[in-house]
Amino acid sequence: MFDGRVLLKQVILLFWPLISTWVQGAEKIDSCQLQVLEMLSSLGSAGGKSAKPSFVSYVTPEEIKSEKEPSRKEKHPDLLPGEVVFCSASTVLKYTQDDLSQRGVFGVLLCTNFRVSFVSDEEPTEEMLFKNKLYGENDIPLSCVDNIYGDKRKLITGGLVKNKYPSKMIIHCKDLRVFQFSLSFSKEEDAKKIFQGIVHHCLEPKSLRCLFAFSYCENTSYPGSYTVENTSYPGSYSYCREHLVSRLPQYFIVPKNVSDEDLTKYQGKGLPVCVGFYLSLAHNHLYSVKTEDLSDTLPTVQDILLSYNKFKQFFLIDNTTEFWMSDMKWFSSLDNCGWLDIIRQCLQKAVEVVESLEKENTNVLIMEEGGSDLCCVVSSLVQLMLDPYYRTLLGFQSLVQKEWVAGGHAFLDRSNHLHLKDKVESPVFLLFLECVWQLQQQHGPAFQFSETYLTVLSDSVHVPVFTTFLFNNDGHRDSLLRAESPHTQRSPLNCPTVWDWSVQFDCKAQDLFTNPLYTEKPKQDTSVRKSYRPRHLRQLSLPSSAFKTPPKKGFFKDEADNLKKILGVKRLSRWMLSPSSDSPQTSSSVREFYEAWQTKPLDYHGLLLPCLDGPSIRVWMQRYLRWIHDVQILGGGPVAMLSKVSEILGEVQELQRQLDRHGCTLTSNHKGARPRAKTAAAVIAARSSVRLSSSFPFVTSRNWAFKPAIPTSLLQSLMVTGMPGNLADREDDGGPESLV
Amino acid sequence: MASASIPVYNRSNNPLENSSSQNASRESLKMEPLAVTLLPGEERVIDKDIMYICPFSGPVKGKVFITNYRLYFKSADADPSVTLNVPLGAIGRVEKMGGASSRGENSYGLDITCKDMRNLRFALKQEGHSRRDIFDILFRYAFPLSHGLLLFAYLSQEKYEENGWSVYKPMEEFRRQGLPTDKWRITFINDNYELCDTYPTILVVPFKATEEDLRKVSTFRSRGRIPVLSWIHRENQAVICRCSQPLVGMSGKRNKDDERYLDVIREANGTAKLTIYDARPSVNAVANKATGGGYEGDDTYQNAELVFLDIHNIHVMRESLKKLKDIVYPNVEESHWLSSLESTHWLEHIKLVLSGAIQVADKISGGNSVVVHCSDGWDRTAQLTSLAMLMLDSHYRTLRGFQVLLEKEWISFGHKFASRIGHGDKNHADQDRSPIFVQFIDCVWQMTKQFPTAFEFNERLLMTILDHLFSCRFGTFLYNCESARDTNEVRSKTVSLWSLVNSDSTSYLNPFYTPESSRVLYPVASMRHLELWVTYYIRWNPRIRQQQQSPVEQRYMELLALRDEYLKKLEELQLTDSSPNSSHLSNSSASNAASPTQHINHLHTPF
Repeated sequence: MFDGRVLLKQVILLFWPLISTWVQGAEKIDSCQLQVLEMLSSLGSAGGKSAKPSFVSYVTPEEIKSEKEPSRKEKHPDLLPGEVVFCSASTVLKYTQDDLSQRGVFGVLLCTNFRVSFVSDEEPTEEMLFKNKLYGENDIPLSCVDNIYGDKRKLITGGLVKNKYPSKMIIHCKDLRVFQFSLSFSKEEDAKKIFQGIVHHCLEPKSLRCLFAFSYCENTSYPGSYTVENTSYPGSYSYCREHLVSRLPQYFIVPKNVSDEDLTKYQGKGLPVCVGFYLSLAHNHLYSVKTEDLSDTLPTVQDILLSYNKFKQFFLIDNTTEFWMSDMKWFSSLDNCGWLDIIRQCLQKAVEVVESLEKENTNVLIMEEGGSDLCCVVSSLVQLMLDPYYRTLLGFQSLVQKEWVAGGHAFLDRSNHLHLKDKVESPVFLLFLECVWQLQQQHGPAFQFSETYLTVLSDSVHVPVFTTFLFNNDGHRDSLLRAESPHTQRSPLNCPTVWDWSVQFDCKAQDLFTNPLYTEKPKQDTSVRKSYRPRHLRQLSLPSSAFKTPPKKGFFKDEADNLKKILGVKRLSRWMLSPSSDSPQTSSSVREFYEAWQTKPLDYHGLLLPCLDGPSIRVWMQRYLRWIHDVQILGGGPVAMLSKVSEILGEVQELQRQLDRHGCTLTSNHKGARPRAKTAAAVIAARSSVRLSSSFPFVTSRNWAFKPAIPTSLLQSLMVTGMPGNLADREDDGGPESLV
Repeated sequence: MASASIPVYNRSNNPLENSSSQNASRESLKMEPLAVTLLPGEERVIDKDIMYICPFSGPVKGKVFITNYRLYFKSADADPSVTLNVPLGAIGRVEKMGGASSRGENSYGLDITCKDMRNLRFALKQEGHSRRDIFDILFRYAFPLSHGLLLFAYLSQEKYEENGWSVYKPMEEFRRQGLPTDKWRITFINDNYELCDTYPTILVVPFKATEEDLRKVSTFRSRGRIPVLSWIHRENQAVICRCSQPLVGMSGKRNKDDERYLDVIREANGTAKLTIYDARPSVNAVANKATGGGYEGDDTYQNAELVFLDIHNIHVMRESLKKLKDIVYPNVEESHWLSSLESTHWLEHIKLVLSGAIQVADKISGGNSVVVHCSDGWDRTAQLTSLAMLMLDSHYRTLRGFQVLLEKEWISFGHKFASRIGHGDKNHADQDRSPIFVQFIDCVWQMTKQFPTAFEFNERLLMTILDHLFSCRFGTFLYNCESARDTNEVRSKTVSLWSLVNSDSTSYLNPFYTPESSRVLYPVASMRHLELWVTYYIRWNPRIRQQQQSPVEQRYMELLALRDEYLKKLEELQLTDSSPNSSHLSNSSASNAASPTQHINHLHTPF
């Protein structure tokens, strides 16, 4: 019975667009239909105290707003187009996060088809500077919910326990926010419904069509879909227009002497495709190919998940005392979870590939089972290190589109929005962003985008509005969007991509995405620019099975061999034969390569390599510490410095404008570059009365207490044992004889 | 200028820099074959062909020059050119390595341990006692006090525009704080160092306490270091007082004068409770009773609360830094770097010192007076009071103010620099040595990291201070206390480090400095924010990129220059607009404008 209901609900949600149109058209509701909807409400997924209002809420969102709000005193957040409230409970207490005093604010807790939302009874005191248009600071998009805990911090898993609900509910979010709600002040029935509703919508398996993007897109007239920037490739490679299989992007590049017929034999599984190259044809005969099997040397997607799950716990803080308790063991805990080490390994692998391409003039074939996880990480990192274009906003965007979205990274499975048990969830894309952050941290002026951009991008993966991160590959996307299109059979549903930042942020907030340290390469150098670029860069992805002893698919090996012949392979070796993933030792050749690069003057528009030494790989403070009140540096942090740079940059730009008005001709390269140099100057200047904190721009100054955070439990964990002669007990200056 | 040869930090002076030092090539013309300018008063003692066993690039053949100030090494080959420039004061230990019969390549020579986080090894030919002369000379000149020689500071003939000795004038500093008041008076009771031989001559004490009271109290405080005022809050009149431990002993002695004296301190700004911060862990404070010391008991000091800050003693700190050196020199520990770092406890100690100072500053901001002490009141106490003052008083965050802070809380109040550093002393295993001051500078560095706009001085100042803490080139950090400095005529016979700094102050300024006079800085004393000061502790490693200027700073300076260019240009334009033959002039100004723009292109800052 229970399963049946869930199923029924899913069916309905699946066809909800149809139903709603039908309802609107018919104006009268069939009693049978009503029954179905009432069943929904009894499942805890309908709003309010009775089934009826919830039904109304299914008609159109507009009606909810116009009809419901005046009649009932309950508050709603501003609903998005296509957003529907499932259930709500009033007099829910949201605890203030930063103390143990059990204080908080009362308000209404709602669950919609997009988010869990808390609407405070109190009027908001301060306007958020860095406001996300889709969800506010008290909203959690359903896909952003990571874990839910009940009383005594018991982890809640899916599967409803009827008639039971905890008095305190803790929600850990994927963007590392922590919410604590008390349900004990609400009506029992409401509390039960909201708890079960949240658990159901956040934790239990659902179908893709339940994701908010579909109902959102149907209710918005989104102007047009995003197209990847066209890049022109040299002529020796042919475009393959065959729709081989859905896994591959529509267009990809293979060597010219490979026929389309050869390609079809791959059945779309791990066909080596060129992902980016700068080629001088004359040197073609020098090429040889190295293969790099990532499965041998890098951690698996499961390892990555395991490590990240340990790592994130350090930041999901719901108890200040525990936080300070863990502070003394911070470094070793960090070490033990291995997350930084995984980052280091990925960066190191990328440096190895760069070395082969740059120093040894070798092509590199990156392989991996599946070919769309670590291959994406390593190949995009390699391109980021080699080509300054990818360090611009536009370039980075096209890199992600090319390597990840078109490259077939299974975003849907890896983020497991649908909570399906058979999918391997893993934060592979986040791992990539972490690596990028490390590079950016070490070579700030080389990147046009800011750290805030990366943080926001990492959050956006969990906002189920953008098509960018909702699908497993291009084919998957096309077929679904086509199928979901409400209008005609032909034109697919238009959904925003994450790159349309105006969906989430206004212009001022978007200004914070640019890095005030970035300088463009002077224009007069463009003629020389080519020579800075690597002469060739080719990476190919192929499942490792093709080179290992083939499993059932015997033909695979032959095909690979065939391909190798075509490519003109001279030498084939795996230079990391011993699996070194256990030891973080940097291979000596990589070290030499880095050292040789380091002795040259640093060119931010040239090859960039990361330093991989222990102290250089760090924790992405902005992303991970932003919500933790106790570690906010009030009036400090790197932003204090960057805002001064932005300020001056704003002044300089203003002066340029004035000079322009005077008809003073600045050199062309100044003019051409100007529109890009828009920065956060204005935003920050406007806030100069308020001091920024190290959590800028994510947390505002609102709750600033001028009491410093004083670490508790200092001595308990300080170990000074095992010292010769027990030094800790000794007197500073000799013994008793030295005392007067 | 003499300051051109600061031994370290300066990129060209980094001895392990692969590119040959520009400095060296320019000046080698003057001084063949020694490729470095000698300081006035510096004299060459010995030259020798030698092999430097560089831990980064392997054995390097070259020549070593020893003067009465430094050890200088230059490789024979230009590629890669390796130079070393080490003040002899930084040498902690010189040992012979291998014997005449030792086998293996480069097994015979010298092993030098430095106080600034590095070791140096030199190899010589095995025949003919080739190392005897150089070893003897190095041993004599590196440890002059053990051989009846003068420290280099007394031989130096350096002259500077500024006289650094005039930076700190106690009366001026107390007047700046608004002293004396009707509650606090200035006393000259210690004019001849009779009350306390490790205190300065000028002290600030409660107005109500008579000279007789002070004498009585001094008998109950270790080494006579009575509670005296370090700093007073202008608005709420809360004070930071410093002292040493009370001599309670096993029997739990009491001293009515001491009890009344502390109560007078409390009364001065009318707070209900005086907070006494004992920097030590409570176990150690208890253990100190056995040696006659102890702490203020609740029952005896009724209007005071006692808080232990759990900071460990000098021996623990020394071992901690030793462990840190083990994991960063010569190579940075690769496997489990973070766990290794944690096992040194260095940052943990930093955290404890910082959070102690935060508590002191917080109490003062809240209007409560505090008394800070440890055992003798010259190590942990100096750390806590000076850090708290840095948080509370923005004056100490300026270049000059910071010098005053060091002169006052560290130098004049008798931090035992000579014992802790062991200037010119061969006894490398002396248990009195400890990097307490280094740890303090590290804490300051952590604060500048967390508040990059709050300090007028930059990282380079901190590095320079630490370098000359060891170098013995300046008199600033010599001797244990003021009385010893007077006896040895430090101020008349040596040059102050602040002469060097203030004669070239622009290179020690932080361009991001934004004065905020009334602001209290509370750093976050969490391991999440504390980091290893890589550019100091790991600076000898060539893989750690030593940047003269951080990219942020560089970009900022470029923008400032650009702004000035544009302002000038704009001014020119406005002038020409108002003049009658503007068309002609504006042309010329436009062409004038081309040159700064080219300059800008060179700086890579187009928009």
